[in-house]
Amino acid sequence: MKRQIALTLVAGALFGAGLAVSGMADPLRVRGFLDLFGTWDPTLAFVMGGALIPMAIAWRIQKRMPTPMAAERFTLPTARDLDPRLIGGSALFGIGWGVAGLCPGPAIADLAIAPVPAAIFVVAMLGGMILHRLLPAAPVKQPTLETSNV
Amino acid sequence: MGDLLANAMPIRGLIGGLMIGMASAIMLLGLGRIAGVSGLAARATGITVDGAPRPLSIAFVVGLPLGALLVALILGPVEARFEQGVVTLVIGGLLVGFGTRLGSGCTSGHGVCGMSRLSARSLVATATFMLTGFATVAAMNAMGLGQ
Repeated sequence: MKRQIALTLVAGALFGAGLAVSGMADPLRVRGFLDLFGTWDPTLAFVMGGALIPMAIAWRIQKRMPTPMAAERFTLPTARDLDPRLIGGSALFGIGWGVAGLCPGPAIADLAIAPVPAAIFVVAMLGGMILHRLLPAAPVKQPTLETSNV
Repeated sequence: MGDLLANAMPIRGLIGGLMIGMASAIMLLGLGRIAGVSGLAARATGITVDGAPRPLSIAFVVGLPLGALLVALILGPVEARFEQGVVTLVIGGLLVGFGTRLGSGCTSGHGVCGMSRLSARSLVATATFMLTGFATVAAMNAMGLGQ
Protein backbone atom coordinates (compact mmCIF):
# COMPACT_ATOMS: atom_id res chain seq x y z
CA MET A 1 0.00 0.00 0.00
CA LYS A 2 2.88 2.37 0.78
CA ARG A 3 4.21 1.89 -2.73
CA GLN A 4 0.75 2.59 -4.16
CA ILE A 5 0.37 5.74 -2.08
CA ALA A 6 3.80 7.00 -3.16
CA LEU A 7 3.05 6.31 -6.83
CA THR A 8 -0.34 8.03 -6.59
CA LEU A 9 1.24 11.05 -4.91
CA VAL A 10 3.75 11.27 -7.78
CA ALA A 11 0.93 11.00 -10.31
CA GLY A 12 -1.05 13.72 -8.51
CA ALA A 13 1.99 16.00 -8.33
CA LEU A 14 2.81 15.45 -12.02
CA PHE A 15 -0.83 16.19 -12.86
CA GLY A 16 -0.77 19.39 -10.76
CA ALA A 17 2.57 20.42 -12.26
CA GLY A 18 1.13 19.87 -15.73
CA LEU A 19 -1.82 22.11 -14.92
CA ALA A 20 0.54 24.83 -13.68
CA VAL A 21 2.91 24.59 -16.67
CA SER A 22 0.06 24.57 -19.21
CA GLY A 23 -1.65 27.72 -17.93
CA MET A 24 -4.70 25.76 -16.81
CA ALA A 25 -4.20 26.91 -13.22
CA ASP A 26 -5.32 30.33 -14.49
CA PRO A 27 -9.14 30.58 -14.43
CA LEU A 28 -9.07 33.59 -16.76
CA ARG A 29 -7.21 31.57 -19.40
CA VAL A 30 -9.63 28.66 -19.09
CA ARG A 31 -12.51 31.09 -19.38
CA GLY A 32 -10.76 32.50 -22.45
CA PHE A 33 -11.02 29.06 -24.06
CA LEU A 34 -14.72 28.94 -23.27
CA ASP A 35 -15.15 32.46 -24.71
CA LEU A 36 -15.55 31.02 -28.20
CA PHE A 37 -17.33 34.09 -29.59
CA GLY A 38 -15.12 36.63 -27.84
CA THR A 39 -11.34 36.75 -27.44
CA TRP A 40 -10.90 33.00 -27.80
CA ASP A 41 -7.75 31.49 -26.26
CA PRO A 42 -7.08 28.04 -27.77
CA THR A 43 -4.48 27.00 -25.15
CA LEU A 44 -6.81 24.45 -23.51
CA ALA A 45 -7.14 22.61 -26.84
CA PHE A 46 -3.35 22.12 -26.91
CA VAL A 47 -3.43 20.88 -23.31
CA MET A 48 -6.20 18.39 -24.07
CA GLY A 49 -4.40 17.28 -27.23
CA GLY A 50 -1.15 16.79 -25.33
CA ALA A 51 -2.88 14.85 -22.55
CA LEU A 52 -4.70 12.53 -24.95
CA ILE A 53 -1.45 11.31 -26.59
CA PRO A 54 0.09 9.43 -23.61
CA MET A 55 -3.34 8.17 -22.58
CA ALA A 56 -4.21 6.83 -26.03
CA ILE A 57 -0.94 4.87 -25.91
CA ALA A 58 -1.58 3.81 -22.31
CA TRP A 59 -4.98 2.30 -23.20
CA ARG A 60 -3.34 0.22 -25.94
CA ILE A 61 -0.72 -1.04 -23.47
CA GLN A 62 -3.42 -1.67 -20.85
CA LYS A 63 -5.19 -4.12 -23.16
CA ARG A 64 -2.14 -6.38 -23.13
CA MET A 65 -1.50 -6.17 -19.38
CA PRO A 66 -3.05 -8.83 -17.15
CA THR A 67 -2.66 -6.63 -14.07
CA PRO A 68 -1.42 -3.08 -13.34
CA MET A 69 2.23 -2.72 -12.37
CA ALA A 70 1.59 -1.80 -8.73
CA ALA A 71 -1.90 -3.13 -8.01
CA GLU A 72 -3.70 -6.46 -8.05
CA ARG A 73 -6.27 -5.63 -10.70
CA PHE A 74 -7.65 -3.00 -13.03
CA THR A 75 -10.65 -1.16 -11.57
CA LEU A 76 -12.20 0.68 -14.48
CA PRO A 77 -15.65 2.08 -15.36
CA THR A 78 -17.83 -0.40 -17.18
CA ALA A 79 -21.03 1.62 -17.72
CA ARG A 80 -22.11 2.10 -21.34
CA ASP A 81 -25.52 3.73 -21.12
CA LEU A 82 -26.01 7.35 -22.14
CA ASP A 83 -28.48 8.11 -19.35
CA PRO A 84 -30.06 11.47 -18.45
CA ARG A 85 -27.87 11.71 -15.34
CA LEU A 86 -24.69 11.63 -17.43
CA ILE A 87 -25.95 14.34 -19.76
CA GLY A 88 -27.72 16.47 -17.14
CA GLY A 89 -24.79 16.30 -14.74
CA SER A 90 -22.29 17.15 -17.47
CA ALA A 91 -24.48 20.07 -18.60
CA LEU A 92 -24.57 21.48 -15.05
CA PHE A 93 -20.83 20.96 -14.66
CA GLY A 94 -20.21 22.87 -17.91
CA ILE A 95 -22.32 25.79 -16.68
CA GLY A 96 -20.32 25.96 -13.45
CA TRP A 97 -17.07 25.65 -15.41
CA GLY A 98 -18.13 28.60 -17.59
CA VAL A 99 -19.31 30.69 -14.64
CA ALA A 100 -16.06 30.39 -12.66
CA GLY A 101 -13.47 29.22 -15.21
CA LEU A 102 -12.60 26.36 -12.89
CA CYS A 103 -12.96 22.60 -12.96
CA PRO A 104 -11.96 20.30 -10.08
CA GLY A 105 -8.29 19.67 -10.97
CA PRO A 106 -7.14 23.27 -11.42
CA ALA A 107 -9.24 24.42 -8.45
CA ILE A 108 -7.50 21.96 -6.11
CA ALA A 109 -4.05 22.69 -7.60
CA ASP A 110 -4.69 26.42 -7.11
CA LEU A 111 -4.95 25.88 -3.35
CA ALA A 112 -1.15 26.28 -3.47
CA ILE A 113 -1.15 29.25 -5.87
CA ALA A 114 -4.13 31.38 -4.88
CA PRO A 115 -5.27 29.79 -1.60
CA VAL A 116 -8.17 32.06 -0.63
CA PRO A 117 -10.27 32.16 -3.82
CA ALA A 118 -9.36 28.55 -4.64
CA ALA A 119 -10.50 27.44 -1.18
CA ILE A 120 -13.82 29.30 -1.57
CA PHE A 121 -14.45 27.45 -4.84
CA VAL A 122 -13.30 24.06 -3.53
CA VAL A 123 -15.49 24.31 -0.40
CA ALA A 124 -18.49 25.23 -2.58
CA MET A 125 -17.63 22.35 -4.92
CA LEU A 126 -17.55 19.89 -2.02
CA GLY A 127 -20.86 21.42 -0.90
CA GLY A 128 -22.30 20.64 -4.33
CA MET A 129 -21.04 17.07 -4.04
CA ILE A 130 -22.63 16.69 -0.60
CA LEU A 131 -25.87 18.18 -1.96
CA HIS A 132 -25.87 15.56 -4.69
CA ARG A 133 -25.49 12.84 -2.12
CA LEU A 134 -28.24 14.24 0.13
CA LEU A 135 -30.91 15.03 -2.44
CA PRO A 136 -33.47 12.23 -2.63
CA ALA A 137 -33.77 12.70 -6.40
CA ALA A 138 -30.10 11.96 -6.81
CA PRO A 139 -28.79 8.51 -6.09
CA VAL A 140 -26.53 8.10 -3.09
CA LYS A 141 -24.50 5.54 -4.96
CA GLN A 142 -23.57 5.73 -8.59
CA PRO A 143 -23.98 2.27 -10.03
CA THR A 144 -23.00 3.67 -13.43
CA LEU A 145 -19.45 4.18 -12.20
CA GLU A 146 -19.38 1.00 -10.20
CA THR A 147 -16.22 -0.81 -11.02
CA SER A 148 -15.32 -4.38 -11.69
CA ASN A 149 -12.40 -6.39 -12.89
CA VAL A 150 -11.61 -5.91 -16.53
CA MET B 1 -3.70 32.95 -36.96
CA GLY B 2 -1.31 35.45 -35.42
CA ASP B 3 -4.18 37.21 -33.69
CA LEU B 4 -5.72 33.96 -32.66
CA LEU B 5 -2.57 32.79 -30.91
CA ALA B 6 -1.66 36.22 -29.55
CA ASN B 7 -2.48 35.27 -25.97
CA ALA B 8 -2.27 31.51 -26.32
CA MET B 9 0.52 29.31 -24.98
CA PRO B 10 0.56 26.41 -27.46
CA ILE B 11 3.97 25.01 -26.50
CA ARG B 12 3.50 25.24 -22.74
CA GLY B 13 -0.02 23.93 -23.21
CA LEU B 14 1.25 20.92 -25.12
CA ILE B 15 4.05 20.21 -22.61
CA GLY B 16 1.72 20.59 -19.63
CA GLY B 17 -0.84 18.44 -21.41
CA LEU B 18 1.72 15.69 -21.95
CA MET B 19 2.51 15.83 -18.21
CA ILE B 20 -1.20 15.51 -17.37
CA GLY B 21 -1.49 12.60 -19.79
CA MET B 22 1.56 10.86 -18.33
CA ALA B 23 0.20 11.32 -14.80
CA SER B 24 -3.07 9.73 -15.95
CA ALA B 25 -1.08 6.91 -17.60
CA ILE B 26 0.72 6.25 -14.29
CA MET B 27 -2.67 5.93 -12.61
CA LEU B 28 -3.95 3.57 -15.30
CA LEU B 29 -0.93 1.33 -15.84
CA GLY B 30 0.51 1.55 -12.33
CA LEU B 31 -2.59 1.58 -10.14
CA GLY B 32 -5.18 0.28 -12.59
CA ARG B 33 -7.43 3.27 -12.03
CA ILE B 34 -8.89 6.32 -13.76
CA ALA B 35 -7.31 9.67 -12.84
CA GLY B 36 -10.66 11.38 -12.38
CA VAL B 37 -10.21 14.38 -10.11
CA SER B 38 -13.87 14.89 -9.16
CA GLY B 39 -14.27 11.25 -8.13
CA LEU B 40 -10.97 11.18 -6.25
CA ALA B 41 -11.85 14.44 -4.45
CA ALA B 42 -15.23 13.05 -3.39
CA ARG B 43 -13.57 9.86 -2.17
CA ALA B 44 -10.70 11.68 -0.41
CA THR B 45 -13.15 13.83 1.57
CA GLY B 46 -15.39 10.86 2.39
CA ILE B 47 -18.34 12.31 0.45
CA THR B 48 -18.60 9.02 -1.39
CA VAL B 49 -17.59 5.53 -0.38
CA ASP B 50 -17.26 4.36 -3.98
CA GLY B 51 -14.05 4.46 -5.93
CA ALA B 52 -10.36 4.24 -5.13
CA PRO B 53 -9.11 3.38 -1.62
CA ARG B 54 -9.22 6.48 0.52
CA PRO B 55 -5.44 6.73 1.16
CA LEU B 56 -4.81 6.74 -2.59
CA SER B 57 -7.50 9.35 -3.22
CA ILE B 58 -6.00 11.58 -0.54
CA ALA B 59 -2.49 11.11 -1.99
CA PHE B 60 -3.63 12.20 -5.44
CA VAL B 61 -5.58 15.20 -4.15
CA VAL B 62 -2.63 16.32 -2.01
CA GLY B 63 -0.32 15.82 -4.98
CA LEU B 64 -2.17 18.35 -7.16
CA PRO B 65 -1.30 21.54 -5.19
CA LEU B 66 2.12 20.03 -4.37
CA GLY B 67 2.92 19.75 -8.08
CA ALA B 68 1.70 23.28 -8.77
CA LEU B 69 3.81 24.54 -5.86
CA LEU B 70 6.92 22.76 -7.22
CA VAL B 71 6.42 24.46 -10.60
CA ALA B 72 6.10 27.84 -8.84
CA LEU B 73 9.32 27.19 -6.88
CA ILE B 74 11.32 25.86 -9.84
CA LEU B 75 10.02 27.81 -12.84
CA GLY B 76 8.74 30.94 -11.13
CA PRO B 77 5.28 32.38 -10.41
CA VAL B 78 2.29 30.44 -11.77
CA GLU B 79 -0.36 32.71 -13.19
CA ALA B 80 -3.77 32.26 -11.55
CA ARG B 81 -5.98 35.26 -12.24
CA PHE B 82 -9.02 35.07 -9.98
CA GLU B 83 -11.14 38.05 -10.95
CA GLN B 84 -14.42 36.44 -10.01
CA GLY B 85 -16.27 37.61 -6.96
CA VAL B 86 -17.09 35.34 -4.04
CA VAL B 87 -20.68 34.83 -5.27
CA THR B 88 -19.43 33.69 -8.69
CA LEU B 89 -16.95 31.28 -7.11
CA VAL B 90 -19.63 29.79 -4.86
CA ILE B 91 -22.23 29.39 -7.64
CA GLY B 92 -19.61 27.91 -9.96
CA GLY B 93 -18.30 25.59 -7.26
CA LEU B 94 -21.75 24.29 -6.34
CA LEU B 95 -22.61 23.57 -9.98
CA VAL B 96 -19.23 21.91 -10.65
CA GLY B 97 -19.48 19.73 -7.53
CA PHE B 98 -23.10 18.68 -8.08
CA GLY B 99 -22.71 18.27 -11.84
CA THR B 100 -19.55 16.17 -11.75
CA ARG B 101 -21.09 13.75 -9.23
CA LEU B 102 -24.33 13.46 -11.19
CA GLY B 103 -22.44 13.11 -14.48
CA SER B 104 -19.81 10.73 -13.04
CA GLY B 105 -16.78 12.79 -14.03
CA CYS B 106 -15.12 16.00 -15.13
CA THR B 107 -12.45 17.23 -17.55
CA SER B 108 -9.93 14.66 -16.35
CA GLY B 109 -12.02 11.51 -15.98
CA HIS B 110 -14.31 12.03 -18.99
CA GLY B 111 -12.14 14.46 -20.98
CA VAL B 112 -8.65 12.96 -20.75
CA CYS B 113 -9.14 9.35 -19.61
CA GLY B 114 -12.52 8.55 -21.17
CA MET B 115 -12.07 10.24 -24.53
CA SER B 116 -8.68 8.55 -25.06
CA ARG B 117 -10.46 5.23 -24.35
CA LEU B 118 -13.07 6.24 -26.97
CA SER B 119 -15.78 5.75 -24.34
CA ALA B 120 -19.13 6.82 -25.81
CA ARG B 121 -20.27 8.04 -22.37
CA SER B 122 -17.17 10.21 -21.98
CA LEU B 123 -17.38 11.59 -25.53
CA VAL B 124 -21.02 12.60 -24.90
CA ALA B 125 -20.19 14.00 -21.44
CA THR B 126 -17.24 16.04 -22.75
CA ALA B 127 -19.22 17.39 -25.72
CA THR B 128 -22.01 18.33 -23.30
CA PHE B 129 -19.90 20.22 -20.75
CA MET B 130 -17.92 21.95 -23.52
CA LEU B 131 -21.16 23.11 -25.16
CA THR B 132 -22.75 24.37 -21.94
CA GLY B 133 -19.41 25.98 -21.00
CA PHE B 134 -19.27 27.88 -24.30
CA ALA B 135 -22.96 28.82 -23.99
CA THR B 136 -22.57 30.00 -20.39
CA VAL B 137 -19.66 32.34 -21.16
CA ALA B 138 -21.44 33.66 -24.26
CA ALA B 139 -24.63 34.25 -22.24
CA MET B 140 -22.74 35.96 -19.40
CA ASN B 141 -20.96 38.23 -21.88
CA ALA B 142 -24.28 39.09 -23.53
CA MET B 143 -25.72 40.00 -20.12
CA GLY B 144 -22.69 42.12 -19.32
CA LEU B 145 -21.51 39.71 -16.64
CA GLY B 146 -18.19 39.03 -18.36
CA GLN B 147 -15.07 39.12 -16.26
